[in-house]
Amino acid sequence: MAELADRATSSRHISVLQRVLHLDVQLVTALLLLSCAGLAVLYSATNQSVDAVQNQIIRMSVAFTAMVVMAQIPPDTLRRWTPWVFLGGLIMLVLVLLVGTVGQGAQRWLDLGLFRFQPAELMKLAIPMAVAWYLSMRPLPPSLFSVLLTTVAIAVPTGLIILQPDLGTALLVSASGFFALFLAGLRWRVMVTVMLAIVAMVPVFWLFLMREYQKQRVLTLFDPERDPLGSGYHIIQSTIAIGSGGVFGKGWLNGTQSQLDFLPERHTDFIFAVFAEEFGLIGVLQLLALYLFIIGRGLYIAVNAQDTYGRLLAGSLTLTFFVYVFVNVGMVSGLMPVVGLPLPLVSYGGTSMVTLMAAFGILMSIRTHRKLWAS
Amino acid sequence: MAGDHHNQLRDRTQEKRQFTRRTFMAGAGVLVLMGLLGGRMGQLQVAGHQRYATLSQANRVKLVPLPPNRGLIYDRNGIVLAENRPNFQLLLTPEQVPDMDVTLAGLGEILDISDAEMDRFQGLRARSRHFEALPLKVRLTDREVAAFAANRHRFPGVEVEARLSRHYPHGPHAAHAIGYVGRINERELRRVDRRRYGGSSHIGKTGTELQFEERLHGHAGLEQVETNALGRVIQPLGRRAPEPGDDMVLTLDSRLQRVAEVAMGDESGSIVAMDVRTGDILALASMPSFDPNIFVNGVDRATYAALQEDPERPLFNRAVRGQYPPGSTIKPFIGLAGLEHGIFDPDETVFCPGHFSIDNVSHRWRCWRRRGHGNMDFLDAMIQSCDVYYYKLGYELGIDRMAAFLERFGFGRAPGVGIPGERSGILPSRDWKRQARGEGWFHGETIITSIGQGYFLSTPLQLAHATAIIANRGVSVGPRVLRAVHDATNGETLATEEAQRKRVVELDDESLWDVVFKSMEESVHGDRGTGRSIRSDLDYRIAGKTGTSQVFSLGQDEEYDEEELQRRFRDHALFTAFAPADNPRIAVAALVEHGGSGGAVAAPKVRQVLDAYMQGIGGETNHG
Repeated sequence: MAELADRATSSRHISVLQRVLHLDVQLVTALLLLSCAGLAVLYSATNQSVDAVQNQIIRMSVAFTAMVVMAQIPPDTLRRWTPWVFLGGLIMLVLVLLVGTVGQGAQRWLDLGLFRFQPAELMKLAIPMAVAWYLSMRPLPPSLFSVLLTTVAIAVPTGLIILQPDLGTALLVSASGFFALFLAGLRWRVMVTVMLAIVAMVPVFWLFLMREYQKQRVLTLFDPERDPLGSGYHIIQSTIAIGSGGVFGKGWLNGTQSQLDFLPERHTDFIFAVFAEEFGLIGVLQLLALYLFIIGRGLYIAVNAQDTYGRLLAGSLTLTFFVYVFVNVGMVSGLMPVVGLPLPLVSYGGTSMVTLMAAFGILMSIRTHRKLWAS
Repeated sequence: MAGDHHNQLRDRTQEKRQFTRRTFMAGAGVLVLMGLLGGRMGQLQVAGHQRYATLSQANRVKLVPLPPNRGLIYDRNGIVLAENRPNFQLLLTPEQVPDMDVTLAGLGEILDISDAEMDRFQGLRARSRHFEALPLKVRLTDREVAAFAANRHRFPGVEVEARLSRHYPHGPHAAHAIGYVGRINERELRRVDRRRYGGSSHIGKTGTELQFEERLHGHAGLEQVETNALGRVIQPLGRRAPEPGDDMVLTLDSRLQRVAEVAMGDESGSIVAMDVRTGDILALASMPSFDPNIFVNGVDRATYAALQEDPERPLFNRAVRGQYPPGSTIKPFIGLAGLEHGIFDPDETVFCPGHFSIDNVSHRWRCWRRRGHGNMDFLDAMIQSCDVYYYKLGYELGIDRMAAFLERFGFGRAPGVGIPGERSGILPSRDWKRQARGEGWFHGETIITSIGQGYFLSTPLQLAHATAIIANRGVSVGPRVLRAVHDATNGETLATEEAQRKRVVELDDESLWDVVFKSMEESVHGDRGTGRSIRSDLDYRIAGKTGTSQVFSLGQDEEYDEEELQRRFRDHALFTAFAPADNPRIAVAALVEHGGSGGAVAAPKVRQVLDAYMQGIGGETNHG
């Protein structure tokens, strides 16, 4: 007899959303809640710009659409596409560097005529997909050979992204690959060895592959004091904003630090400081709890996924989402060096949001496309 | 079978247990790190609250970015082509203006604000972020500055500021080559390094201003200032000076450029002059031109629409983007290919009856001279530009060898001179046609290609460069528009650009160069030469080739009456030349859109440029 693999999803509880649209009710609710909170802070952080909020709503709509679309693709289909998505992404990363030599500063975009596209964004999905795809075909825990091959598959695109240079994204894609390995049961001693190997590769990049201005950027990244009037100033201002918010906050639209223009990048990477100033510790804890709920739900989906591919992919995407939150909040509150990562669904800007929501679409697909299990 | 399944299932169960264990570990890690963030927040917001609240009260420190001065652009002799001029601008910051309509109306009462300025401002406002200060009026007079100062209190969010503004002192002169700057838009803002562009409002949009943006722009500085509660600056605290952009010295010779522009007169077209030994582009004229100054602070809609809708397309850079059939100017290249591959000996003759046909094809390809040229050897065929000779030569050479040979002269490839948007033209070949049209190649197409018609397209710059390669006997130098980069603060030379020098054409029989040289020289100086209209009173020798390229093709038996055709259907006139013929120093290509005859219309313009050059303009003094 056939029985559903997951008893929690017994038939009478499956809502229309879940059955027809392949969405996960809990996750969608939490993401919508987060988006609304994001829009409210954005309105304040942009000195009450209706335009900015409208733009953000448009971007969110695009991102949610991406999520719904991804949720319709069954994990099996996604798995079949995986090697091609990865290869395609890799080729585009190389193209971006070749075509981009003329441009200035960072060259991340590929002009496809109709629209422009950031291959590094695709890699945020393609790397965890590729690692999950490869490892799901091997016995686990992965053999040393599998680990080495996977590491190369992570390191090559990461290196290409570093060359753009886009260190925030490089950090995310390498972390996502690592998470998939970790969840697959990577042995501790192998983990330590690989880490050491990666550290050993750094000088190679530094000495032979990076250009002078890229090195300068990296140095400033790890040591804001090199640029006391730049990043150092950001941190001072954002900690003042957060601290002065206190337990209850100064109230929506009343954050003096934010409203009086002291806080740079206050509607993008540093928007968390605006939130903390206006809503206080109580607001902050609620926001972190909301993020924690989303992450918890993601890990729950991972644990209950039906096959290794789904498990590894769901787990890795969820933990990568956590990296966003941790790095951004850690940076704004002065715990970490300044890495340009947005606060998911709250910061102003569109590109990474679309990828993020596509990732949640994949999670939902893994949750809702369930096969009947024959035993 | 069931056993296998069972076995696999046990494996999978083990793997699943392992995964769950790892996921719990990761979850625990997430909890710990989230706790860390929460703790940090408690530290800042509870323990540190008093301190930070006080700091926030007293927070009077702001960062003010200091935009760098943009590098200047010079011609090769130090004539300034793009500079920065201080002027007083009336700036509005939309987010600080309580009621925009009232403010604009009020400003209109004390200052003279034209409809165009108003329109331009509204356009800027729609495209810019609300906290940016936008110019409503630039270049205020002293009287206007005083008038505003007296009424300043009425207009919060409005300021008069002295700013440096990009200025192109010669207006339309060389405008396409120099390009222009304009206000940074959203898309560019995402692309640039924000720290370098702090406080900058402008960025290169076209031409060398865009090409060398990286070096021209410089690096923004920052000033830390103490402000009062309203945000007004009390005193500066710290400062990192901006690093100005570098000055660019172009290879253009402003004087020669002007000669080319004047030569073009009211016609539409392009003249490109190039020093064949250094690869320096001396003149890169595209006419008609436009005044780049109108783009610097945003252009009003009416002016922009007029430029856009002008049928002569003044904004279009014909020199590097205009693609035209090269017509008969291609004959020296095709001819050389034929000689090199031994299709004909130079002395071998072909009989021209006025038309050409091949077996099994009913079509007749006509010579431009309907009654024919009679017996033509290489020299005569070039001098009189006999089409039938080239039909036969091209047909026997075949498209593959033809395309391979022409490719070495740079046809079908953007020359990379350093002006953004260079086009590559079309060098027809089997591969090209398969890719572009998805069709195979027809023999008839080889025939028409050998007189530079059919699919063949090239830009005036490509033609000048290819001519220079002939003049150099197979060596390609450059082309380039950047000569040197100078430090703006002390004038030191930071970099001198070395032109790329490469032998691209190697002939089995080097004496064939002389044959081609001679044929081009006779095309100008010979009694029957198609370019003979310019040979009078020359104290030096020119080697050149005329061309007339069909804008649209006539049916085989249609009569061609130029008078009846509207101007826009008239043929393009071309002429390409180098001089002096015995020791080439300069190559010039000219294209006159719908000019009619290459010999009568384009050649005299080239001669004006050559005459000026031979009199020392753009000449020796600058060559090492």
